[in-house]
Amino acid sequence: MGVRPVPGIVLEISHLHKAYGQNTVIEDLSLTVREGEVIVIVGPSGCGKSTLLRCINALESNQGGEVRLHGEPVLKGSKNLPEIRQKIGMVFQNYELFPHMTVLDNIMLAPVKAQGRKKSEVREEALALLKRVGLETKANSFPRQLSGGQKQRTAIVRALCMHPDILLFDEVTAALDPEMVREVLEVILDLANQGKTMLVVTHEMQFARAIADWVVFLDDGRICEEGTPEEFFDHPKTERAKKFLNTFTFERKARQPKTI
Amino acid sequence: MPDLGLDVLFKGKNFARLLGGLGIALRISVIAILVSVVLGTVLGVLRQRENLILKAFMRLYLEVIRIMPQLVLLFLVYFGTTRSFGWDLSGETASVIVFSLWGTAEMSDLVRGALSSIPGHQYESAAALGLKKTQVYLYVVLPQAVRRLIPLSINLITRMIKTTSLVLMIGVVEILKVAQQIIEANRMNSPNAAFGVYLTVFVLYFLVCWPISVLAGKLEKRWG
Ligand SMILES: Nc1ncnc2c1ncn2[C@@H]1O[C@H](COP(=O)(O)OP(=O)(O)OP(=O)(O)O)[C@@H](O)[C@H]1O
Ligand SMILES: [Mg+2]
Repeated sequence: MGVRPVPGIVLEISHLHKAYGQNTVIEDLSLTVREGEVIVIVGPSGCGKSTLLRCINALESNQGGEVRLHGEPVLKGSKNLPEIRQKIGMVFQNYELFPHMTVLDNIMLAPVKAQGRKKSEVREEALALLKRVGLETKANSFPRQLSGGQKQRTAIVRALCMHPDILLFDEVTAALDPEMVREVLEVILDLANQGKTMLVVTHEMQFARAIADWVVFLDDGRICEEGTPEEFFDHPKTERAKKFLNTFTFERKARQPKTI
Repeated sequence: MPDLGLDVLFKGKNFARLLGGLGIALRISVIAILVSVVLGTVLGVLRQRENLILKAFMRLYLEVIRIMPQLVLLFLVYFGTTRSFGWDLSGETASVIVFSLWGTAEMSDLVRGALSSIPGHQYESAAALGLKKTQVYLYVVLPQAVRRLIPLSINLITRMIKTTSLVLMIGVVEILKVAQQIIEANRMNSPNAAFGVYLTVFVLYFLVCWPISVLAGKLEKRWG
C-alpha cells in the first residue's frame, strides 16, 4: 500500500489527543516502541494509562494524532482494523476470558477463526504455551473453575497464540490476590527475556524496575518524565515523579523506648 | 370410590375429540411460537441499534401489547377487524395473529435483555483479538446470550400454550371448548362429568408443558 515501514520501529504514537467530551485525557502524546523493547508506563490513578492502551488498538476513538503499527495507521472504523488488531495482543486487568468456552477454546478461537490457521496446529501450540505457564492440566477447564492467577495466565496465552507484534498489558495483576501476583509477573518477565516487544502498565514498582528497558511516567495525560529504570527510580528529575514514587515507600518514626 | 365422572370419556369419540381440541390449541401455539421466536429475535437484535424511529415504534407496540389483556386483543382482532375492515378472519387465524403479536413483543424483550446482559468487555476482548464484528457476535456474544435466553423463552412458550385456552372465547373449538361440550351433552346422565373431564384437560396440559419445563431446567443447570 505504499507504506514503507521504518526499520526497527514497531509502534509509533504521534501527537495523540483523546478527550471524553470536554475532559481531555491524553494530550499531545508521542511515543515510539522499537523491536524487542519493554516499555513500562507508570503514573497516578486516572492519568490516562488505560485510555492510552485502549487508543493503541482503537478500542477508543481519538480526537487527534495517530497510531501506526509497522507504519500502518490503526484507525477505528477502518476496514482492516481486525487484521491490525491481530498483531496487537492485549491483556486486560480483569482477564476478560469467554466464560462459555474452555481454556483451550478461549485460546484457539481467534487463531482459527480470525487468522484461519489449522486447528491441529493451533491446538498443539496452545497446549505447548499452556504448559509453559504451568496450566497444562487446565486446558479443558472453564474459566469459572480457575483462580485469578490462572485466568490471567490463560489470557496471556490467548494473546500470545496470535503471534502479535506487540503485547499490551494493562495492570494485569491489579485484580489478583497478592499470592498470585508473582506467578503472573514471572510469565511476563519470561516473555521479556524472550525478546517480545511490549508496553506494560503496572503499579508494581519493583516489577517495573526489573522488566523495563524504558520507563514512561504519565501524569495528566502527558508524558511527564521518561528514562531508564535506574534514572527514573533512583534519580527522578521532576517533582511530580518524586512525589509519585514517594507514595510507594513507607516510613515510621523511630520507636519511643517503652517504659514499663 | 367416588364417581369422578371419568366414564364420559369413554363414550363415543369423546376422548379423541378432547385430543383433537388439544391439537388445535397446540397448532395455534406452535405457529405463534415459531413466528414469535423468529420475529422477536430480529426485533430484539434491532432494538440494540440506536434508531429513534424504530425505538418509538417498538415502545408503542410493546406498551399496547403489555397493557391489553390477551382476551381484549383476541376480541379486537376477531370482531374488530370484521367490523372495521370487513375482514372475515377465522377464529384460528385471529388467534394465531394475536398470539404471534404478543409472543413477538415478549420475545424481543427477552432477546434484548439477554444481549444487553453481555458485558461490554466481552465485545472488547473479542475485538481486541482481531475478530470481525460478525465473528464477535457469532462466537462470543450470541452463544452467551442464547444460554441466558433459553430458560426464559421456554417459560414464555409454556405461558403461550396455556393462554391459548382463551381462544374458545372467539369460537375456536379447542380443548377447553370440547370439554365444555362433552360436559354439557352429558349433564343428565353423568352429572359428575365436569370433574373428570376438566381433570383430563389438566393432565393433558400438564403432559404437554411439563417436558418443556424439565428441558428448561436441564439446560439451565448445564449452562448455569
Ligand atoms: N468511558 C469514559 N468516559 C468518560 N471518562 C472516562 C472514561 N474512561 C476513562 N475516563 C476518564 O479518563 C481518565 C483516565 O482514565 P484511565 O482509565 O485511562 O486512567 P488510568 O491511568 O488507567 O487509571 P488507573 O490507574 O486507576 O487504572 C480518568 O479521569 C477517567 O475518569
Ligand atoms: Mg487503568
